[in-house]
Amino acid sequence: MSNPKPTVAVYKFSSCDGCQLSILNMEDDLLDLAEAIDIAFFLEATRAERPGPYDIAIVEGSVTTPHEIERIKEVRRQAKILIALGTCATAGGIQALRNFANADEYAKVVYAHPEYLHYLKTATPIAEHVKVDLELWGCPVNKEQVLEVITALLNNRKPSLPAYSVCLECKRRGTICVLVDKGFQCLGPATQAGCGAICPVNGRGCYGCFGPVREANLDSLSPILQKLEPYPGATARLFRGISGYAPSFRKTADALLSAHKETK
Amino acid sequence: MPNDHRPKLGSTIAIQKPVFNTLLARLREAGYQTIGPCIKNDTLVYDSIESINELPYGYISEQNAGHFRLIQAGHKNYFDVIPGAQSWKQFLFPPRVDLFALRKNDKGWETITPPLDAPAYAFIGVRACELAAIQIQDRIFMRDDFNDPIYRNRRKRAFILSVDCSNPAGTCFCVSMGTGPRVKGGFDLNLTELDDVFLLTIGSELALGLVSDLPFEDASAFMLSTAERIMDNAAKKMGRSLDISDLPELILKNLDDPYWQEIGSRCLSCANCTQVCPTCFCWDALDHMSLNGLETSRERVWDSCFNPGYSYQAGGNTRPTISSRYRQWLSHKLGTWEQQNGTLGCVGCGRCITWCPAEIDLTKEISILRKEASK
Repeated sequence: MSNPKPTVAVYKFSSCDGCQLSILNMEDDLLDLAEAIDIAFFLEATRAERPGPYDIAIVEGSVTTPHEIERIKEVRRQAKILIALGTCATAGGIQALRNFANADEYAKVVYAHPEYLHYLKTATPIAEHVKVDLELWGCPVNKEQVLEVITALLNNRKPSLPAYSVCLECKRRGTICVLVDKGFQCLGPATQAGCGAICPVNGRGCYGCFGPVREANLDSLSPILQKLEPYPGATARLFRGISGYAPSFRKTADALLSAHKETK
Repeated sequence: MPNDHRPKLGSTIAIQKPVFNTLLARLREAGYQTIGPCIKNDTLVYDSIESINELPYGYISEQNAGHFRLIQAGHKNYFDVIPGAQSWKQFLFPPRVDLFALRKNDKGWETITPPLDAPAYAFIGVRACELAAIQIQDRIFMRDDFNDPIYRNRRKRAFILSVDCSNPAGTCFCVSMGTGPRVKGGFDLNLTELDDVFLLTIGSELALGLVSDLPFEDASAFMLSTAERIMDNAAKKMGRSLDISDLPELILKNLDDPYWQEIGSRCLSCANCTQVCPTCFCWDALDHMSLNGLETSRERVWDSCFNPGYSYQAGGNTRPTISSRYRQWLSHKLGTWEQQNGTLGCVGCGRCITWCPAEIDLTKEISILRKEASK
């Protein structure tokens, strides 16, 4: 970076704040981080705010309201580098389930006066609205990855982020494959590493919150998972989870659901 | 037990099973960390054990393509479980290990090399195929022209207590690869489990010292013939077989066969086969840098030729498709490995078959490739 202490702004869109908390959870590194970067805007951390432009904008959340469409454009205008933080920002998040349903119906069920709501029919990732320079997946993101990206930017190098599946992380940790050993449904073979295989380590299958790995062979994985279904339709639900709006997972779930309908 | 003499190097003695605890204690007194098969979180792993009671007594493992289940079969043996996903590789060639760190000070960059402080391991229950795998990795990591100090340090100090396999699993094919089920050499102690006793064959002076004052009797002719019979039966019970008579040529002459594409359509490229393989040795070096750029450390981690990043070079990936990566793996393992290291890279343990979620079975794939190629 040209400036030795880059200015950073952290924004929240539609999200649960968990990814911002992942930044605040970096207890051991927070002081060093505050030394290395100039936090100019981060409402989750401080009400002190300084106007842009900023060197780095970190954006949590997906775009779910007309206001957010305008706001993300402004964020982009103010930022040299824009990082989408977490699976809401990279794939729409769990709220993107509305994309496969009728948002108005949901609103009616939940709110007494839905007419006061201003919402979009879809929850969409940041990259559908503005150019994103880097995506960090995860629900929530891995704080080590956040730190790696900031360190890389500070030192003018490419961040080292894994391009392989969760399986490799399981094996490096000595975790025994829950799919083969227990017959659990697991999206690990198709999911980007980065979480440290938290779910399999704790004895459950991966649900894909880090999003599809590049070149995931979902045509092969899908029937494997179907054979392990705890109930009919579980595989489609698994693909249509937190990363369900990610294109390859979306396509796979769609195919499973339309096949399911045909057999009915 | 009546004996008025001490055992000899190369001889086979019989001990009562509980006496095995004394042997474990001796190893620990001698400074070894005793590692063996045990059940943790309802699954089979290799971990520290201190007593024979921690061994998977009465268990078997049910193995098939893409399938592993640990089953309490109620038998009275301690060593009847065919190993699971883990192998001894994780101790000799650890999945993550620090190589060095650099720290910037007034004079420049200071190099900090971590000490070689791994414990001395005693591996309890090394199968014939696994011992063959260790010997294959020896040729990778302890060559005359190159040797890896981390591997070498661990390997040279390791005590190997091997076990003859009596009850092979559904994915075993060591007979085809000529590695088992009987352990042939390279051990400190080799154990054969009979109903009432453990037979121990003494393979090193070190082992001789450890067992010399254990209560023992000489293995009787009956015991030895029983062991022979168990081994002969085990050899007949292989779950799989692989014809290697035309390897590596079959693979190397058919690199463009369309069948590779067919396998590629099933392969998940998840890398499980390479990670559980006791001979696969690919690694990556990761740099971890401090925020201020004044400290950096380099870590070696297990990697895999199935990872698209592994074959990524300036300008692109030399193996951009899953089928090209599968072909790379198998044509190395059962092909070019021989040219490089003098043996094939497969020992017939069957892990890559058991732990493949897509049930890809190299014994089956090779026989189909053979048929396709002869068309």
